[in-house]
Parts: sequence; C-alpha cells; structure tokens
Amino acid sequence: MNKRDFLKGAVLFFPAAGVLQALACKAEGKELSATATTGYDPTQHWYGMGVDVDKCIGCNRCVEACKAENGVPDEPFYFRTWIERYSIYADGEVKVECISTKTPEQRLADQSEPIDPSVLRTFFVPKLCNQCANPPCVQVCPVGATFQTTDGVVLVDEKRCIGCRYCIQACPYGARYLNPNTRTADKCTFCYHRVTKGLLPACVEVCPTEARIFGDLKARADRLVRFQRQNEISVLKPDLNTEPKVRYAKLDGEVR
Amino acid sequence: MKLPEQVTRLGAVIAIILAAVLLLRFVILPPSMFSARPHQAAKVVREMAKPAHYAGMSTCRECHADEYGAKLNGQHRTIGCENCHGPAAAHVANKDDKAATPPKHRDREFCLGCHGFVASRPNGFPQVDGQKHNGRKRCVTCHDAHDPVPPETPQDCGGCHGRIARTKAVSTHSQLACTECHQVAAQHMTEPRAALPTKPAKREACARCHDSGSTDPAAAMSRVDFSSHGRTFVCWECHYAHLPEGPK
Repeated sequence: MNKRDFLKGAVLFFPAAGVLQALACKAEGKELSATATTGYDPTQHWYGMGVDVDKCIGCNRCVEACKAENGVPDEPFYFRTWIERYSIYADGEVKVECISTKTPEQRLADQSEPIDPSVLRTFFVPKLCNQCANPPCVQVCPVGATFQTTDGVVLVDEKRCIGCRYCIQACPYGARYLNPNTRTADKCTFCYHRVTKGLLPACVEVCPTEARIFGDLKARADRLVRFQRQNEISVLKPDLNTEPKVRYAKLDGEVR
Repeated sequence: MKLPEQVTRLGAVIAIILAAVLLLRFVILPPSMFSARPHQAAKVVREMAKPAHYAGMSTCRECHADEYGAKLNGQHRTIGCENCHGPAAAHVANKDDKAATPPKHRDREFCLGCHGFVASRPNGFPQVDGQKHNGRKRCVTCHDAHDPVPPETPQDCGGCHGRIARTKAVSTHSQLACTECHQVAAQHMTEPRAALPTKPAKREACARCHDSGSTDPAAAMSRVDFSSHGRTFVCWECHYAHLPEGPK
C-alpha cells in the first residue's frame, strides 16, 4: 500500500467508524427509554421511609432480609441497614452498640444480662441510608457514579464507580461501605427493584412490628404521609441540611 | 478582490481541523464521555431489572389462604409471612422445587429472637425469660405461630411486662401485687390493647401507706406529710413506683 492509498483509507475509515459508533449509542439510548414500557413513571413518586423507634424490638430480621434480597456480603460488618442499641445512663453517658454485628447466638446470650439499674433508658434504632434530598455523597463523587433518581433514591452505578471511597467518607450517616466483591461503593437503594414493581422494600416487608413504614411523599393518601401527620418527626443530623427522607418518630435526642 | 493563496490554504486547513474536532466531539466520541446521564439511565434500568427474592405477603395469600386468614385477626397480623419463613420468590416461581420450599422454624431459639426478654425492647411487647419459661419445650407445642394466644390466661403480669416485673422484683415494692395500684380488666389478659389497665390518678393511692399518719410498718422508712409534700402532683410524676428511689 502506498501513502496515497493509506491516507484515502484513513479518511474513509475513521468517520465511518465514528458514525457507526454514534448509531450504536443512539440504539442504546432507545433501549434506555424503555423504562417507559414497564409503565413505571418515576416523576410521580418521591420515596421516603418512616421509622417508629418506639416499635423496634431489635430482632435484626430487617438486616437479614436486606442481605438476602440485595446480596450484601455475609460478614458482619457490611450493612445496607443495621440496628443500633442505645443505653443512656444516669450519669449522662451514652453507650451505642451495633447489635447487627453479633451472631444470633450472641444476641440470645445478651438476653440473660441482668437489668442494670443505672440505665435511665434503652432502646433500638434502625439505621439505613437516609436517601437525602440534598445528598453529600452525590456532590463529592468525582465520576458521577452516584446520583439521585427522579423518584428520589440515591443509587450507585457500579460500572462507573472507581472505588475511591470519597462518598463513604462524605456520608454523615455511615450508610455506605465498599463491597469487597465488586470493589465499588454500595448502599441501600430502598430496594429500588422492588418498589418500582409495587412491592415493599425487603426490610419493611419483614418488619414484625411495623416499626418501618415505606411510602411515597408525593402521594395524596399514603401511610408515610399519614405517619408524618400523626407523629412528631425528627431526622438525623438536621443541622447538616441533607434533608433526609428517612423520618424518625419518637427519636431520642441522644441519637446521632 | 481575490484573497491571497496562502490565506485560502490556511483557511482550508483551519476548516478541516474544525470539522475534525466537531466530528470527534459530536459524532465519534460517545455522549457518555461528557455526561454521566446515559450511564445513570442505564444503571436505573439495570437496577429495576434485578430479581426480587421476597415475594410479599399478598403473594403468599393466593395459595396459603388458611394461614393468612388465621394470621389476619391475631397478634401476628402485622408480620409478613417471609419474616419467619424466609424469602419465598423462588418457591413462588416453582412450588415443586423442594430445595426452595421455605423453612418452618420449630426451634425455641427462633421465637426467642423476638420474644426473649431484652431491656431495650419497648414496654408492653410480649417477652419471656428464655431460661425460665416452660423449660426447653418448643414454643409451637403450646402456641400457634399463625395466631399466637397464650394457651391459658397469663398467671401474672410479668408474662408480658417482663421489664417492669424484673425491675419491681429488686425494689422495695417487690411484695406489692400489680393490682394494688392498677385496675386490670379481665379482657386485658386476652386482648391487651382493647382494655388498658389504669394508673393511680390520685395521691391517695400512695398516701394509704406513705402518709405521715399511716401505721403500715413496711412503709415506716418512707413517710412524708402529704399536705405539704409534692404540692398537687401525682406521686408517680416524680417517683418511679416500680423502682422507688433506686435499687434496694
């Protein structure tokens, strides 16, 4: 091949490849808008969760269900949702322990603990990603891998995530972890694959005392809207202006 | 006027470069290089397509209407079937698959996971002492898990109010029966929420023993003049009657 032929070939080949590539992208784009064919309209929803702290019995079933539903690693330090046990002592000391890191046998053994009279009050608090309306994790992601969907759920694109852990540091609620299998950040999705099909998130489905309530803040009649009407609602760390969509009722002031 | 040749040549080179850059930017390079939106939209599609492992309570009802009905009006009505039986979507998809049949937990430890006594559990939640409650018998021997009612009316209040019973047992009030201060309707023992027990509404309830004029020897150490002590407050607004003034 002489120089002239090579240049001629190059001039034809590169734009042609570009056009093909662009067509491929367009086709992919068409497939993406297929969301509409499932009949699910994300603009009609703004999801949130209510947690009635006074109803949580600390059975850990929500944590187990979350792990089973979402393939969270079994090791007892990877959680999308977890339960904390608060003990507030007469001298003002506050003890927080995560009961989800314990085995069922350890939790059973805890039941034979004698009552400690110096404890003023003690209770369980379920924690999870607060699905902030103003999420700090989304702000800091350098590659746009974590983002907020139209219906208000913060997701992580595991194909885009580079595993830099910046979002894990930025989350004020400690709701993110680095999945050891994919080496990418992972977190609660409100069971997005379930709620978009009309099912409840796994943790809400199994909660025996209805301590967790899932709902749509855009709906006119909804359990969560009713829950907010009936209870005095707090959110975690309101001073950070993250505007969490996980709303707590009967939350103790010591809970952070 | 004719442009000098070097200008037209330069113009042509610039036009070619410009065209190449525009081609590169808008045609050759995919839009995902400049915006995360296509990736994010693809992620939403992938996320929505994930399979659900928990089928949901209403799905279970379609075949297991009897169990669902038994549960509907009982104390366990708020509990989803898959709370105890585990994720059942695989069982729904293929009910002949024995490996996917949801387990029936019949061991004591499973029930104690929720109903064992833990101080942090909310008041009024039925809790038992796993060490003392009916030895090592399995819970399902006496209780139907789909409609759990006590096989007989509870012998004492501690059956449900374990925390208070345990606190009171180490207090100076350990010898007082619950009914000394609370009026408990018989219905409360079978339908706890339908008839709630009373609390003393007046100071006289405590004054019987603790007024300075009382002669009850057990209260000799803790008598006060009710006409001047504590103004108009009911005693339990300051004193915790289940553990008055700390442990014995």
